[in-house]
Amino acid sequence: MMRSCKEVSNLLSDSLDKKLRPMERLGLRIHLAMCDGCARVERQMSFLRTAMSELPKQRETNDSNRT
Amino acid sequence: MSQPTKPAIDPSDLDEHRPYLVKYAMLQLRDKDVAEDLVQETFLAALTAAGRFSGGSSVRTWLTAILIHKMGDHRRRAGREISIDAIAENEGVDDIESLFQANGRYVEMPKSWGNPEAALTERRFFEALELCVQGLTTAAAQAFLLRELMGFEIDDICKEINVSATNCSVLLYRARMRLRACLETRWFAGDNKGQGRRGS
Repeated sequence: MMRSCKEVSNLLSDSLDKKLRPMERLGLRIHLAMCDGCARVERQMSFLRTAMSELPKQRETNDSNRT
Repeated sequence: MSQPTKPAIDPSDLDEHRPYLVKYAMLQLRDKDVAEDLVQETFLAALTAAGRFSGGSSVRTWLTAILIHKMGDHRRRAGREISIDAIAENEGVDDIESLFQANGRYVEMPKSWGNPEAALTERRFFEALELCVQGLTTAAAQAFLLRELMGFEIDDICKEINVSATNCSVLLYRARMRLRACLETRWFAGDNKGQGRRGS
């Protein structure tokens, strides 16, 4: 039940790609409630997805500004 | 859903996508000539395989998927990797191992990024992001770009880059952890934040 930061960060990544099993979700939630580091990683991975979704727009906007 | 009678891709439609695709290729390749060559190869492949275009996605999305495949081919041709599997199993694991202590705790505790969304208004943030993506290994970058830019599901990524589902998840995990660390260093870390960032 107690998972390490390494396991939890891996689960955080997996959760962006597929539905986790109930036990995985439970372990994740317990760990995140106690661990600032993993809570940050969760937020940052989610932000990374947002940033990537903005990237194509940025590139097109910048097309005319670059040589 | 697909329309069998849909006409093939018209060559004259391709050119408008060229600048976008070249910039996309530059995400992984610093050499613009090579990027342009790969885009040309992509167009040839697209015209050859135009019958496979379902019309379900935009032409640009479809071209980008082909380009990502070509980028992988190029890196393998260039001899920079032996096989994706070998990298996923060896280098990939080592990469992650270096971020954690033996007991599974972080070697370096992830820092707070404050309100990261503020960076989304800064052009230079995206330049940092691109540099970080360029720093990924080919397999990790391919998996990550297919997932985050193309919205592919895991199964489709596995087929596209020919790795197992497990390795595919490992590649995505590694990509995210490396990008996280890279962005922290390049953008979010303490004093650097906002300093010298002349975002408009």
